[in-house]
Amino acid sequence: MINLFEVAETNEMIAKENLDVRTITLGISLLDCIDANLVKLNEKVYQKITTVAKDLVKTGDAIEKEFGIPIVNKRISVTPMALIGGAACKSKEDFVTLAQTMDKAAEAVGVNLIGGYSALVSKGMTRVDEMLIRSIPEALHSTQRVCSSVNLGSTKTGINMDAVRLMGDIIKETAVISADNDSADCMKLVVFCNAPDDNPFMAGAFHGVTEADAVVNVGVSGPGVVKTALTRVRGENFEVLCETIKKTAFKVTRVGQLVAQEASRMLGIPFGIVDLSLAPTPAIGDSVADILCEIGLEYAGAPGTTAALALLNDQVKKGGVMASSYVGGLSGAFIPVSEDQGMIDAVTAGALTLEKLEAMTCVCSVGLDMIAIPGDTKNTTIAGIIADEMAIGMVNQKTTAVRIIPAIGKGVGEKVEFGGLFGYAPIMPVNSFSCEAFVNRRGRIPAPIHSFKN
Amino acid sequence: MKKTIITVVGKDTVGIIARVCTYLADNQINILDISQTIVQGFFNMMMIVDTNLTKKDFGMIVDELEKLGEDIGVVIKCQKEEIFDQMHRI
Repeated sequence: MINLFEVAETNEMIAKENLDVRTITLGISLLDCIDANLVKLNEKVYQKITTVAKDLVKTGDAIEKEFGIPIVNKRISVTPMALIGGAACKSKEDFVTLAQTMDKAAEAVGVNLIGGYSALVSKGMTRVDEMLIRSIPEALHSTQRVCSSVNLGSTKTGINMDAVRLMGDIIKETAVISADNDSADCMKLVVFCNAPDDNPFMAGAFHGVTEADAVVNVGVSGPGVVKTALTRVRGENFEVLCETIKKTAFKVTRVGQLVAQEASRMLGIPFGIVDLSLAPTPAIGDSVADILCEIGLEYAGAPGTTAALALLNDQVKKGGVMASSYVGGLSGAFIPVSEDQGMIDAVTAGALTLEKLEAMTCVCSVGLDMIAIPGDTKNTTIAGIIADEMAIGMVNQKTTAVRIIPAIGKGVGEKVEFGGLFGYAPIMPVNSFSCEAFVNRRGRIPAPIHSFKN
Repeated sequence: MKKTIITVVGKDTVGIIARVCTYLADNQINILDISQTIVQGFFNMMMIVDTNLTKKDFGMIVDELEKLGEDIGVVIKCQKEEIFDQMHRI
């Protein structure tokens, strides 16, 4: 039977170490909403989302009560809108109405974000894909809750450089349109290589076409729990270090598994996956960078950071995989800058540069995340940064992403404020040498040799 | 049987157990096990209870126990057993 010590340990994790379930994300397929009439399409999309997700928030709150574990976000992901709107949308403005419908539906069911204003263009763009991508700045600016993502490459297809170049322009345009708000719309826009179909985390969540009609995905958190566990093994060897991370990740993930199963049962919707990611927040003690420091670095970004992060990411997966029946999504350590106080401190101290972050993304999930750069960064430079990150994903057969915020009207040394879970970010310097001639080449980068496994 | 764990943590005072047990009895909640210690003047108790017979909604019990805790000056948490089982047992 459970003893006092075990109960105290769990409650300590929740109360003092910020253990929580970061998100229950309900994936909803909108494929059955497709209609050639835009008005009808919007109606069907609204109906489907508000019907399937009507009990989502209530269920999340009930589970929170039952187990005494905070469930921070309840969210929705839908089928990439480029696929849904293809038949009905004849212009950018038509697509924007779909974003507004998503926003309204999300508000009606009480979720804070809805993902899936997305296009999958890893090999080529259809006319419709391009239309959706070009509508992103307006779509994000005229909505509150909609998140957008674009998959620009994959290990199997290579990198669509035409789309990479276009996204350089779109990210800049998104920044300009929300310039009076610290270019905050860019927080809701992410580009991927090897985007997963079942990711529960925003801004990149969408409901892949290979998924069922509706599915419950859960993202756990717990950097604070790992950090606290590691304070107890200071100076120990790598075996002890790794075992401690593994055991802690197991415990954290079990909570996610329990919540996912319970949500699935209560909603009557199948359980999809648990995402094992260590997701930080700006709260003190809820930081992935602090774990790296606890492993033995003065600041995240110091020499040894990539190795420490590789170790952390691997042990989190090893511990988490056994704790859940289905693992998916991004599953690794997130290293966003603005959402992690330790990362912000590292940037401010001059320990962490964009180049080091890029190296770190080779060994952990996701990529350059929530990074503010000077507003006058050239579009082609943004595209170059994206291309580098996509190449890392393509060659290493992993997901990589870029969520970057060109802070219009601001430069290095200043900071942008996003508020809440998104935190704030010091603006980081960007290598100012040009990549224009490279980015302006047409076409795509072919798939790497090791993708030919058939 | 639906087992629930109630934990009470806070500064020790007269009648903590009595008041918690009275609430449980009033609501047809059966106590299966109690363990309790005092660590550096702090009262620390865990109860395993059976909530099968109670007519009250689980969320309401959670809220009422929390309120009772505030009255006594301790923190009372009421959680389904599964969260601990999942975390500490393979």
